[in-house]
Amino acid sequence: MTDALVSLVEQVRAAVGARTRLRIRGGGTKDFLAGPGEAPPLDLRAHAGIVDYAPTELVVTARAGTPLVELEAALADRGQCLPFDPPRFADADGRLAGTVGGMVAAGLAGPGRAAVGGVRDYVLGALLLNGRGELLHFGGEVMKNVAGYDVSRLLAGSWGALGAVCEVSLKVLPMPPATRTLRFELEQPEALEQLHRWAGQPLPLNASVWWRGTLVVRLRGASAAVASAAARLGGETIAPELAAAFWEGVRDQRDEFFLQARQAVAARGRALWRLALPPTAPPLPGVEDTLVEWGGAQRWVLTAADDAAVAEAARSAGGHALRVLGGPVQPAPLDPALAAVQRRLRESFDPHGVFDAGRCLAT
Amino acid sequence: MRPDAAADAAAPVAQADVVAALRPLLPPHALLWRDEDTTPYECDGLTAYRQRPMAVALPETEAQVGAVLAACHALGVPVVARGAGTGLSGGAMPHAAGVTLSLAKFNRIVAIDARARTATVQSGVRNLAISEAVAPHGFYYAPDPSSQIACTIGGNVAENSGGVHCLKYGLTLHNVLRVRGFLADGTPATFGSLAPDVPGLDLLPVVVGSEGMLAVVVEVVVKLTPKPQVARCILASFDDVRRAGDAVAAVIADGLIPAGLEMMDKPMTAAVEDFVHAGYDLDAAAILLCESDGTAEEVEEEIGRMEAVLTRAGATRLQVSTDEAQRLKFWSGRKNAFPASGRISPDYMCMDSTIPRARLADMLLAIGGMEKKFGLRCCNVFHAGDGNLHPLILFDANDPDELHRAELFGAEILELSVAMGGTISGEHGVGAEKLNSMCVQFSDGERAQMLALKSAFDPRGTLNPGKVIPTLHRCAEYGRMHVRRGVLAFPELERF
Repeated sequence: MTDALVSLVEQVRAAVGARTRLRIRGGGTKDFLAGPGEAPPLDLRAHAGIVDYAPTELVVTARAGTPLVELEAALADRGQCLPFDPPRFADADGRLAGTVGGMVAAGLAGPGRAAVGGVRDYVLGALLLNGRGELLHFGGEVMKNVAGYDVSRLLAGSWGALGAVCEVSLKVLPMPPATRTLRFELEQPEALEQLHRWAGQPLPLNASVWWRGTLVVRLRGASAAVASAAARLGGETIAPELAAAFWEGVRDQRDEFFLQARQAVAARGRALWRLALPPTAPPLPGVEDTLVEWGGAQRWVLTAADDAAVAEAARSAGGHALRVLGGPVQPAPLDPALAAVQRRLRESFDPHGVFDAGRCLAT
Repeated sequence: MRPDAAADAAAPVAQADVVAALRPLLPPHALLWRDEDTTPYECDGLTAYRQRPMAVALPETEAQVGAVLAACHALGVPVVARGAGTGLSGGAMPHAAGVTLSLAKFNRIVAIDARARTATVQSGVRNLAISEAVAPHGFYYAPDPSSQIACTIGGNVAENSGGVHCLKYGLTLHNVLRVRGFLADGTPATFGSLAPDVPGLDLLPVVVGSEGMLAVVVEVVVKLTPKPQVARCILASFDDVRRAGDAVAAVIADGLIPAGLEMMDKPMTAAVEDFVHAGYDLDAAAILLCESDGTAEEVEEEIGRMEAVLTRAGATRLQVSTDEAQRLKFWSGRKNAFPASGRISPDYMCMDSTIPRARLADMLLAIGGMEKKFGLRCCNVFHAGDGNLHPLILFDANDPDELHRAELFGAEILELSVAMGGTISGEHGVGAEKLNSMCVQFSDGERAQMLALKSAFDPRGTLNPGKVIPTLHRCAEYGRMHVRRGVLAFPELERF
């Protein structure tokens, strides 16, 4: 047990004793979502480093405070990656400061999400510090594991409500041998239809973005498969360096769309929403600007519409909406039966209510 | 090993009272309670453990499922949900004072949405029936447990079932978007979403694989996968199990993710070859089946790389399937491993642990030592690509000492798997069978947290009580003989 981990346990126990609260914190890059919080931080940055990495097992175990860029560099050295492209987010100084713990706690994924799954799908095991100050291992370091309830995957997107994820074992994958990015001029409804058609075929389609009349898709896989798919799909090939910068921008939410959206929020009182929808939901009416990812399943919407209208549009399409900028972050409410289960679950992991999960987790 | 009797403290409710409470809720033919009617439900695929339920309910509508659950909950009567009864760990073994809730009548495919690549099916639909129904659209449902002809999607959700294609296509959890059903008290509940995420805690990953202890599922939306244009399989022989194990690691190290990567040892190969005549190499110490699927170009590229890696790794013989008939012939042996074992032994016990791939050869050699120690034979078939082992311990259940030795043999394999950094169950579940081994893998605090999680979903503890998570008391009893997490000395380990 590292000194940093001992200190984390002591801080939680002290908070239990003093009946105070703690805000779990890593690189602090998701404050814009979770809110600043009033509770003192339980800072996990000192508990950092890769514990174990066996490339032939396709598993890496890292401590929560490990910067994502550091983890990804270690994987890239062995030709492997986190295929779901978790956003790394920049801190105030412009450094990509997101951590492994923050990635699991927020459960956010990037462009590869629709093709390869999300954070939850790559979590194999975790070491959790619960609200009693207990260190508990769940899951493991192997691909197939059905011993007991899969608590480690429940932690993905839990925003610290069940405790601090101190270590996590993740499934990793080889970097595909070939990547190619294609560009098409298409309006949104046609672009969405085209994506649904392609997704139904055995094509190495890995990511998609539609914005202002342009559809950009990324192919990834065996070299021959990517070459033949590119020939079949047509479109215009984007130069690899340009394409890589584009996908990174989308992934870390620094692409042109996000820059313009931030300006519109500041200058014109618009709000930026993130909508999670069934991919085949039709284009939303009455929005000022929109960027569509994940084959239609994630849509960034810039709008002046009121909260209730956006929330209802997402709900009636079978999804949910979260305002990201331009007003309070407030998730959609839970169904009462699930809200009761979730409340009891939180009590069972954190009976003294030590952890302040912020405002992103619906209740 | 038996379910945890200590887990349900409440006094049993008389059968007459249970029948009286359920009778108004169900059509007359949908409630069974006479011994001759309930006996067919006394076990699941783990036939060694049998228990007649107090009653069997076979609801036909969702409203009836909710009503049965609510009535049982009000009386404090345990409910054990059941699909096709093919589970291998006794997860659907009835409770003596409980109601078995069969979902057999929920066998309808509700909708196929080719545009969204989803199928909405009731929980009693068979796994293979989904793939058959969506085949005309060019899709299939990827997880393929070997019981896929018979097992239901509801049972797959309960067990988080795998199959031979998990490394590339994932487990049940990765192929299910939304499940709908009821909580223990009959309240409707939906987990997951057709959207990529949900606003609160994502409860789907704990409900999937919860072995009927957190909710009862009536409808599942599964993700469909486009059928690959081509699949080809390599059959590789090795004259040494360590070289075969190293070859598995070499395939992964080369950046390949095979659609399937299976390993069989010599006794298993002999047993299946005698049964199905797949053309396996009977001189090999171990054989590997390595499959690539995708577009024609992709498969050609991958098969070429796989052949090169396997040759470098010391394969003594390589055969690549040239057509679909030959590919299926290669697989026929692997798919018949269990029945082939049934032909050479009166009984067999199938283990299901997972270990890191790098330890496959160590495990095979250790099992060889255990065969001598316990005086029993063991055939080995491994999902080598994901490290999931199915050693089949051969014994005769009519000889009580052989049964006892087989149980000890199995427990030792599980404990060695945990010591190697693995897990006691890869895909068959804990059920009633592996409760003691849960004490080995998890600490008191971890098990207490899992019991608390169960209570958060089911405060009265009426859903499938006594399974999966052993009580602290039971583990204390078991702990008198065993120690947790490899602190136990494994004499076999020292030889490697």
